[in-house]
Amino acid sequence: MTAQTRAQKTIGRGNSKMYVKRYWMLYAMLLLPVAYFIIFKYVPMTYIQVAFKKFSITKSPWDMEWAKNGGFEYFIKAFSNRDFLYAVRNTLTLNILGLIFGFPAPIILALILNELPYPRFKRITQTVAYMPHFLSWIIISGLALQLLATRFGLVNIVLRNMGLEAIQFLDKPTNWVWTYVFLGVWQSVGWNTIIYLAALTGINPELYEAAAVDGASRLRKIWHITLPGLRSTIIILLILSLGQIIGSEFDRPFALTNTLVTSVSNVLSIFVYNYGIKGTQQSLATAVGFFQSVIGVIFLISANLIARRFDERGLW
Amino acid sequence: MVKAKSSKIGDIIIVAICVLLILICFLPVWNVFVRSLSSPAALVRSDVYLWPKEFDLTAYSLVLKDAEYTWALAWTAMLTVGCTLLSMALTILCAFPLIFEQLKGRKAINALILVTMYFNAGTIPSYILFKNLNLINSPLVMVLPYSLSVFNMIIMRTFLQNIPVSLRESAEIDGANPFRILVSIYLPLSTSVIATLSLFYAVGRWNGYADALMFMNRNKPFYPIQLLLYFIIQSKDSVDAATQEGFSSPGASDAIKAASVMIATIPILMIYPWLQRFFIHGVTLGAMKG
Repeated sequence: MTAQTRAQKTIGRGNSKMYVKRYWMLYAMLLLPVAYFIIFKYVPMTYIQVAFKKFSITKSPWDMEWAKNGGFEYFIKAFSNRDFLYAVRNTLTLNILGLIFGFPAPIILALILNELPYPRFKRITQTVAYMPHFLSWIIISGLALQLLATRFGLVNIVLRNMGLEAIQFLDKPTNWVWTYVFLGVWQSVGWNTIIYLAALTGINPELYEAAAVDGASRLRKIWHITLPGLRSTIIILLILSLGQIIGSEFDRPFALTNTLVTSVSNVLSIFVYNYGIKGTQQSLATAVGFFQSVIGVIFLISANLIARRFDERGLW
Repeated sequence: MVKAKSSKIGDIIIVAICVLLILICFLPVWNVFVRSLSSPAALVRSDVYLWPKEFDLTAYSLVLKDAEYTWALAWTAMLTVGCTLLSMALTILCAFPLIFEQLKGRKAINALILVTMYFNAGTIPSYILFKNLNLINSPLVMVLPYSLSVFNMIIMRTFLQNIPVSLRESAEIDGANPFRILVSIYLPLSTSVIATLSLFYAVGRWNGYADALMFMNRNKPFYPIQLLLYFIIQSKDSVDAATQEGFSSPGASDAIKAASVMIATIPILMIYPWLQRFFIHGVTLGAMKG
């Protein structure tokens, strides 16, 4: 709210009439976007107080009664709720595995694509590799069911025809976790190479020529020229992913889960949905969402501080 | 220069990896496509791999005859077009003024916007807001709340910032107002970024379903295609479409699921390769300033 009023004040403060005459239109243009951010982003922030209050469907959040234990009743309830603790565990497990496998994958793929000697083939590879990014998680879950189902999935049919045992990719909790992680890499690896490939074009070609004169092998060139050239991009993207470590998307786990694997697939976003939207524990769900946002910001800021400590540019 | 032998082997390995990657990305979609074109009997025997067996378009005709499905397709298409237009208008209106360095309050507005990228209130506070605004179970809940993406706005802003200031300054000297400058100088130069961001917004809306599931649960006629697909895919045996047509032999529901998935996927698969040049540029711009 403050920024908007400040913006309005500055029009008045701009002592020259010229300024107002010239730029009032810019403020007029900003009116709708700023209103959007205030209504849909900042007003809900004021409703975070619901986490500290007893939710009532008839009252405005400002008029609700304060919760017990100095307002922290629902945070205490969350931490003694098994579903919540499992959701935290599952969120961290899936995100950390996703980071371990999903983060290096596009870097490696970008290095490979960069070494590809045939431009046309490179273009085709890229086009096909970008495709999964454009599929919704519902569609990917449909593909996964058709391909990985234990009895009729294509992969298991092939395995059985080869005399091997079928694998319960989707029905056994541990396998489901790996399927989830793999599908995440599958969906995003191609798309995420775009940034790295762009960074690679910024590397001075003379470096490669000099290395070639010195007789450096391909791997040595990658190690001593290409990877250092990607360093700052890698660090910025790593900071951003660390900020997401406890964040949980909804579309992906919700689309991929099934009743047999809820013990590993119930992440925080699904917890919030089950308790706050399908259920009636809005205060608890708000508390959990707030907890999640705060931890996310803490991770982001710490990752950024660490990066700056090591003399990197960081996010800010 | 003659290539060393080890480098040639390296090339072969790299090409092999890329071929493998293409197969891994492409085969799942291809296999489902092939299944959608096969007869239910062949699906039950589970011997459909890379080519349709007993070519059969019944599944497609059943799905396309299902009023609920075709309406969801048409409605989601309209919704996607409408949302994309609104989102682009908001994105441009937000990004353009912020490239004027003389604009007072620019920094404050930038900060106000950036904060929302890193900190959000969460699902339930948004739910309370939508309730207060009477958006719950209204189709507008799929239009307004996520109509402006900070990430896309930054891409737009970076692009506009890269257009030479001199163009703008000479127009200002000639007495053109900011709106004229936007419409007659900036927009014509921005078609590539507009195409990219429209693609991002359109794909997001076409593929999205969580907002409808959470905030529009009771308004079934306005379910977007992905939510309907979710129920089709999750249904254990026969789909509504199958039972309505009195068509519930085993395997039929599999073919119908495959066909429903393909119909919702094909539009996107047809569009994105043509925009590849643009969206690569767009993502790169986002990375520069993001």
